[in-house]
Amino acid sequence: MKILVPVKRVIDYNVKARVRADGSGVDLSNVKMSMNPFDEIAVEEAIRLKERGAASEVIVVSVGVRQAAETLRTALAMGADRAILVVAADDVHQDIEPLAVAKILKAVVDQEQPRLVIAGKQAIDNDMNATGQMLAALLGWGQATFASKLEVEGEVARVTREVDGGLQTIEVRLPAIVTADLRLNEPRYASLPNIMKAKKKPLEEKTAADLGVDVSPRLEVVGVREPEGRSAGIKVGSVDELVTKLKEAGVI
Amino acid sequence: MAVLLLGEVTNGVLNRDATAKAVKAVAPLGEVTVLCAGASARDAAAEAASIAGVAKVLVAEDARYGHRLAEPTAALLASLAGEYEHIAAPATTDAKNVMPRVAAMLDVMVIPEVSKVIDAATFERPVYAGNAIQTVRSRDARKVLTIRTASFEAAGPGGSAPVAEATPAADPALSQWLGDEVAASDRPELTSARRVVSGGRALGSKEQFALIEALADKLGAAVGASRAAVDSGYAPNDWQVGQTGKVVAPELYVAVGISGAIQHLAGMKDSKVIVAINKDEEAPIFQIADYGLVGDLFQLVPEMTGKV
Repeated sequence: MKILVPVKRVIDYNVKARVRADGSGVDLSNVKMSMNPFDEIAVEEAIRLKERGAASEVIVVSVGVRQAAETLRTALAMGADRAILVVAADDVHQDIEPLAVAKILKAVVDQEQPRLVIAGKQAIDNDMNATGQMLAALLGWGQATFASKLEVEGEVARVTREVDGGLQTIEVRLPAIVTADLRLNEPRYASLPNIMKAKKKPLEEKTAADLGVDVSPRLEVVGVREPEGRSAGIKVGSVDELVTKLKEAGVI
Repeated sequence: MAVLLLGEVTNGVLNRDATAKAVKAVAPLGEVTVLCAGASARDAAAEAASIAGVAKVLVAEDARYGHRLAEPTAALLASLAGEYEHIAAPATTDAKNVMPRVAAMLDVMVIPEVSKVIDAATFERPVYAGNAIQTVRSRDARKVLTIRTASFEAAGPGGSAPVAEATPAADPALSQWLGDEVAASDRPELTSARRVVSGGRALGSKEQFALIEALADKLGAAVGASRAAVDSGYAPNDWQVGQTGKVVAPELYVAVGISGAIQHLAGMKDSKVIVAINKDEEAPIFQIADYGLVGDLFQLVPEMTGKV
């Protein structure tokens, strides 16, 4: 069974995003970029399935600017077998929408015929939480989102999902889409020898046009602004002072 | 124009708070029809009908909608989409699971976590863990959105909308529900609570997390947690507040032993009053706290519990 894992190059999760002064977006020039943390979890899960003998090949795919090749090399160093880069943007500031990404991924799925797609639950830049579900819809496949546990058995995947109020376990018929939540696993670090080996693994480059997908946005970004700042608070010296202040503020 | 709103129904019960906040958010867009789908949904539909601003309620009561599996629920919404310009839902895990699927079935983008409705096509939403607010204008004929409930007041009672049956849609039967592990709680629900007390890694153990619960109970508050506390097993995952957990905006948020990472702040920085109790006076949480108290939480929290 082939597994396909979409990965996204995003601003590193430790970096505080800065809004550009002209309100056109977040400044991504000279900012540290990394693999989206949820996608690392997805790659890790796919590799573990391969290590357990449940998968034969792990293919990673990224959609975006050419520099996303670095993100794919990271996934290859973790243990993925080969990579596909779909170049769809010239400028790092152009974020391809989940609907267009899902259409590109559908075209890749049609070519590669994986039985399972494992994606991250959301990207930490646009915070959409949509691509996996959209891909499932376009393919007419079942979906298991926000997975914290995944077992593949014969023709089904049994998935425990993190939902409001607790956990829900469902069974979804393969082929299917699973999206990874934080607690699915702890991703491994790529070792230096594996990073070197990853440079020799195949990385195929395509364009969105090759796949016949129009990536023009449906949502026009009119502007991006900083959130309202909070006025500076005070430090209190004791619990008594804190309780008094909270009573004055009318919140207790 | 008309709005179809997916009511938040769990085990036959309407989550009135989340649904009423979403009603308030979408009411300016047109006449609101609430859809209640579930294996049992009739009581929920009756309750949805009493929310002010709801013009009509549709009920789809059928075993195939039990537990709101994405495939049959999305098929139902897509089949009803015809007469509505907007299809919306409160941004719960149920809706985040279903709504993007609906949008793709209709070949439109989804607009998640809408925090402000500007006009019929223009919406604000937070991105980058809430560090930027994006205004987007949809070019799609039909808009599919989820509503960030923490950004809206709940619509009041006093509605008396008629309830009608919705025709069930074909079930693609791609998945089935096996079981739930529900974290039982008598406390207020986290996303609708007026007060929240949250604990972080510094609590050190599940047993010591009880200090947080004691203070919360004294304040009539819900209990929240940072990712570190959840990952360490001190608290269940559905207590997690943050970018990938729940987003809350209570009147009072007390953060105990939480450093204030970007991902946690994303879930609580719109709270009205923020209190931080932390022994590290350099912790980032103090930059957004209205009232900060530096010291040992194991001494300060029991003292505070005794004094409120």
